[in-house]
Formats: sequence, structure tokens, C-alpha cells
Amino acid sequence: MSLDNSSVLELTNREYKAGFVTDIESETVPAGLNEDVVRTISAKKNEPEWMLEWRLRAFRHWITMVEPTWANVHYPAIDYQSIVYYSAPKTKKDGPKSLEDVDPKLLETYEKLGIPLRERAKLAGVAVDAVFDSVSVATTFREQLAKVGVIFCSFSEAVHNHPELVKKYLGSVVPYSDNFFATLNSAVFSDGSFCYIPKGVRCPMELSTYFRINSANTGQFERTLIIADEGAYVSYLEGCTAPIRDENQLHAAVVELIALENAQIKYSTVQNWYPGDKEGRGGIYNFVTKRGKCQGRNSKISWTQVETGSAITWKYPSCILQGDDSVGEFYSVAVTNNRQQADTGTKMIHIGKNTKSTIVSKGISAGHGQNTYRGMVKILGKADNARNYSQCDSLLIGDQCGAHTFPYIEVGNSLAQMEHEASTSKIGEDQIFYFQSRGISAEDAVSMIVNGFCKQVFKELPMEFAVEAQKLLGVSLEGSVG
Amino acid sequence: MTENSLMLEIRNLHASVAGNEILKGVDLTVRAGEVHALMGPNGSGKSTLAHVLAGRPGYEVTQGTVFYKGKDLLATPPEERARQGVFLAFQYPVEIPGVSNVYFLKNALNAIRKARGEPELDAMDFLKLVKEKAKLVDLDEELTKRPVNEGFSGGEKKRNEIFQMAVLEPSLAILDETDSGLDIDALRIVAAGVNALRSPDRSMLVVTHYQRLLNYIVPDFLHVLVEGRIALSGGKDLALELEERGYTWLEKEPAPVASGANC
Repeated sequence: MSLDNSSVLELTNREYKAGFVTDIESETVPAGLNEDVVRTISAKKNEPEWMLEWRLRAFRHWITMVEPTWANVHYPAIDYQSIVYYSAPKTKKDGPKSLEDVDPKLLETYEKLGIPLRERAKLAGVAVDAVFDSVSVATTFREQLAKVGVIFCSFSEAVHNHPELVKKYLGSVVPYSDNFFATLNSAVFSDGSFCYIPKGVRCPMELSTYFRINSANTGQFERTLIIADEGAYVSYLEGCTAPIRDENQLHAAVVELIALENAQIKYSTVQNWYPGDKEGRGGIYNFVTKRGKCQGRNSKISWTQVETGSAITWKYPSCILQGDDSVGEFYSVAVTNNRQQADTGTKMIHIGKNTKSTIVSKGISAGHGQNTYRGMVKILGKADNARNYSQCDSLLIGDQCGAHTFPYIEVGNSLAQMEHEASTSKIGEDQIFYFQSRGISAEDAVSMIVNGFCKQVFKELPMEFAVEAQKLLGVSLEGSVG
Repeated sequence: MTENSLMLEIRNLHASVAGNEILKGVDLTVRAGEVHALMGPNGSGKSTLAHVLAGRPGYEVTQGTVFYKGKDLLATPPEERARQGVFLAFQYPVEIPGVSNVYFLKNALNAIRKARGEPELDAMDFLKLVKEKAKLVDLDEELTKRPVNEGFSGGEKKRNEIFQMAVLEPSLAILDETDSGLDIDALRIVAAGVNALRSPDRSMLVVTHYQRLLNYIVPDFLHVLVEGRIALSGGKDLALELEERGYTWLEKEPAPVASGANC
């Protein structure tokens, strides 16, 4: 794949592009968290009793938990009572029925972000379930998907229209008691995406969600649930941006994937939340729990992530390889520039026989950025012939940044095969000068070297996303060479 | 650019690296179409001069001026110099993992074309150009697809430099010990490539240790750099004299034992 260098040029010297605030009246719950807030959220969404019960169980568990401190990230204590847990754009009573019903200002926001729903969705053949702050405002291509039996809707709609599926799978991969942030999400999640691919169906298009945090001091608590039934296939794209805010905003999302026998899920993320300014003021705390379960035999889950934004990233998209012959993959590019911190990686839990996992992690640190890879490969006793290949590469730009690697390997079966490779390299001044002596600027040189470094991961992304990811890297590393 | 017009004018150039003065007043004039050879003992400042002209960071000019095509070269950032036609063939080309040779060169060429106000070459035209120029230095086309210089032998790296020069078509080419590390066959190929690029509007500054290169690339002028200054200038025959006598006789305070040049 080749990078169009002019696009990188065009993107240099640019401020965080998605930094604007849409002036819409939000329907907001007062700051703070207690049982009443949980009830209010549930009531606002008109939820059935079982959903409220689940939220309350999570909340009651959450108040007994303490925030984890093992990650290699540092930030001032979060005051959970000062966060607003629900914010929805005000809509007509029954919500938008079509794009025409959607607040034009919302659509404008998407236009500015470069995702005009109408044109882009049609042209690209992507069905976009756009989440604006917390409520899904428009879903495209739903009809076309419905023809083949694919359900793709907001989480709230799924609770109302497909309660049997939600009840069966919600919390089956990430239980409400899983960890501090996932439990918080379980109590207060506002909305998110739901997707079900029926038996034997290959989803006819890439499914896509763009998340966006808009209101000040609004924590965003998304919940995504994707189920690929036997023999089904789906590729899901998630893109995130947030406007500039001075204070840190908490984003604690949960994504659960379930792949049944012979099913395949490909989940791609390009994360571009506001990273904070050069001095580390503002920015998103991105504390996300993502986990997939290869439940059936011969199933496959593949995570690809490009993490360029957020002040702090705490995220480990993982695979539970339960079915025999199942496959888990994790391809990651994480960039930290200025004062950004990332502690990210994956967990591959091998339970079934002949299970296979691949980990390719590329960490890039610039400025004062701190980049940590943390990964676990666990082979359980009955996982005969399990195989894992891990590769962790770090690239340093400048001498103020840091790269850290914490691989954990636990093998409980003597037939397992494990491979682990790691490297650390630095972009040298002599390399940059070599580019310059051929007419290529230092910024473009870094961009080309970094893109070369990430090639292995980018080729896993759908084409459109790959181009966007390359552009984002250029923007993220802007000013990282003097 | 007409023949005999000034390409490069170096006046009283002083330059330091890490606080040590290496160049101590270099004067040199190169006109369009001329090939100048620069010889001299180890540590005399040959490579330093080459790097100063290309704009390498860490080489501090403390005095003097350099004009290239009438413009102040020292005030121009390195990538701008390249876009205006200055090319340095490195003595030790670095490896760039992950960036393919053709991709690198396409970006370089288009940056230069853009600066000249020419349209960028598309992929098809560029690949045609690559094929043609790779032949010129007998460079295996497979190497053009590999990451820049990664895993190349010493000879392949040097050939790759001349290949890049052929593609970028500079006005002023500075070849920094392009012959070092080449066997006689590779030397012939590289020299033939360089000779093919000689033209009335292209000048070359060939830095070398050995007279033998000058059998293949016959210079119009030869200069001997000693202790950061040009101690002697002459025609191509001077090279033969140097081969016989070494450099010691040119040094102000001759060393007690003749060094026998730098072989």
C-alpha cells in the first residue's frame, strides 16, 4: 500500500481538526452518580425492568470496587461524583424517523468530521450508526441489511426490539463485575451499537460507527455487542473523534464480540479522541474494555486498532479462544506524542484445542509520550497444540519519550508453541538527513518511516480506514521533529 | 544555465564539528559542466566539506560564504538545497527499514519536480524511469523494491547512490568517496554511470582518496585539501604526481616519516 505524500503534507501544520462544539440543547442529568441516576438513565431510555436490574446490580458492585492502579499511566484522581453520566441531544418525542428528521446541526458536525452520512455512506457502501454523545441519531442502510437478516441498530433499540438476544449475550463476555471501568459502564451506559449476523450470512457491507463526545464534562459510556451466528462473517469499523475540551473527559466503553461455530468477526478501530495540548492539559481518558469470545469451533476474531488520540489510553482488546481450532488476532498501532500515555495490548486466552493467536503490536513514542505494551498469552491445560506468535516493536522519536513492554506468558500445556519477538528502534538524525538530502522534508521523512513501521498493521485495515490511519499518524506526530 | 556560468563559489569557508575546527578557509569555484576532484589525506576535511555543502546538522559554519547558482547556499535548509539541484552521494548511505527504494525515490523526485514547477510523475512514468536508470548502473531491479539500502552490500549501496543521482538529475553532484569499498568491476560500472551523467549544465565534485578512480572519471580540475585548506590545485595530471609523492610534502610541517598517501 502506498501513502500519498501530498495528503500528509496537507495535514501538517494543522490544529486538531475535529475541535469544534456543536451548539445543540442537550438533555442532561445532573453530575454525580447514585442509584437514582442509574434509575433516571434507565427511565429516560424507557428500559424494561430486567435492564434496570442489570444496571443496578452493576452499580451496587461498582461501589465496592477500587480503581485499578497497575497500569503504567499517571493522572490525577478522577472525581466520579463530578461527572455527568447522561447527555442526549434533544429530539422530537419519538426520535428521528429518517435523516430528514435529524437536527441539521448534528449532520453538519458529521460533515465537518468528514463523514457526510448521505453521500459518504452511499458512495462507500458503509452503513453508519452514528452515535452523538450518547444516543444514536441516524442509522443508514438498515433496510438493505434487514433483507439478509442482519440486525444493526442502536443498543437501546436492541433492548426494546431484540430483548432475547440482548439478554442472552449481554455480559456473556465482559460480565458486569469484570473490572472497575467495565462495571461503571454496565451501570450507566447510555447507548451504543448492536449487531447480529444470522447463521451463514456474510454481511454485505462494512458496518461502521463513529463515536463523538460533545458535551463538556460528559463521560461517554458506550456499549457495543456484536454476535456472529454460525458461519457468519462481519467486518466492523469504529472511528472516534472528540472536540477540544479543557478538562479531561472520561470514556469508559465496553465492546463484546461473540463468534459462534465457523463465524468470523473483524473489528477495526481508528481512535482519534482529543489527546490534550502540548503541556498535557485536557484530553480524553480512554479506559475501554474490549473482549471477544470465539465460542464455537473454528471461529475467528480479529482486532485491529490504530490509537493516535486520547490523553490516556487503557485498553486491551482480547480474545477468549474457547472453541477448538479457533483463531484470535490482534494488530495494533499506538502513538503517543507530547504528554500522551498509552498502556495497551491484548490477552489471548487459549482454552480449546489447536487454537491459534497472533499479536502484532507497534508502539510509537514521540515528544514526552509514554507507550506501554502489556500483553498476556495464557495456554490452559486442555489447549493441546495451541500456538501463539507475538511481535512487539517500539519506535522512538526524540529522547524525551519512553517505550515499555510487559509480556506475560502462562503455559499450562506442554504441547504449546510460543514465539515472541521484540525490537526497539529510534529514528536517527542521519536517517532524517538522508531524506532531506534527497529533497524530502523532516516531517515527511518521519511520516514515511513511521508508515513503513506500521505497514504490517495497516494492511489489516479496510482500505478506506488504512488511508485515514496514515493521515492521522501524520497529524499526531506533527512537530515531533525539531 | 550557460556553460562557464558559476555553479558553486566557496569563499574562506570555516566549519566546525563538535567544537573542532575542520575547515579552515576553503576557497573553491566550480563552473557549470566542470568535474572537480577533491583529494587529500585522512582528516583533511574532504567529507566535512561535502556534508557542509549538503547542509548536514551538526556541521557549524563559523566563517565564510557559499554561493550556489548565485544564491546563498548556507541560508538554505537541506531539503531546499536538494530541491534546487544539490545532490550528495554518501560515503556511508544509511538504511531505512520499512520504506521501499522506489517509494522513497518517487517522493524525492516529485518533491524536486514540484519545486521546479513541474507536474509530479505518476506511478507508470516513474517506473519506466526507474527501469531505465537502474540499467545505467547495472542495479538489480529487485533492489529498487527493497527497503532503502537495507541488507545491501557495500557495492550495492554505492550503486544505489549513483542510481538515485541518475533519477534525480541534480545540477551539482557531490560524490563522497563513492569509490571506497568497490572492487574494480564495480568501480568501472559506477564510473561509467557517473560519466554518462556528465553534461554541460551539470557539475560534479568528486571526493576521493585514490587516484585510480580518476582514471575512470577524468576530472577537469583537481584540488588537494590539507588541514582544512586547499593546498594545491591543478589539472588531472596532478593526481599522478600525488600518487607518487603522497601528501606529506604539501603539509606545512612535514611529518618525519612519509605517509605514502592513504592506502
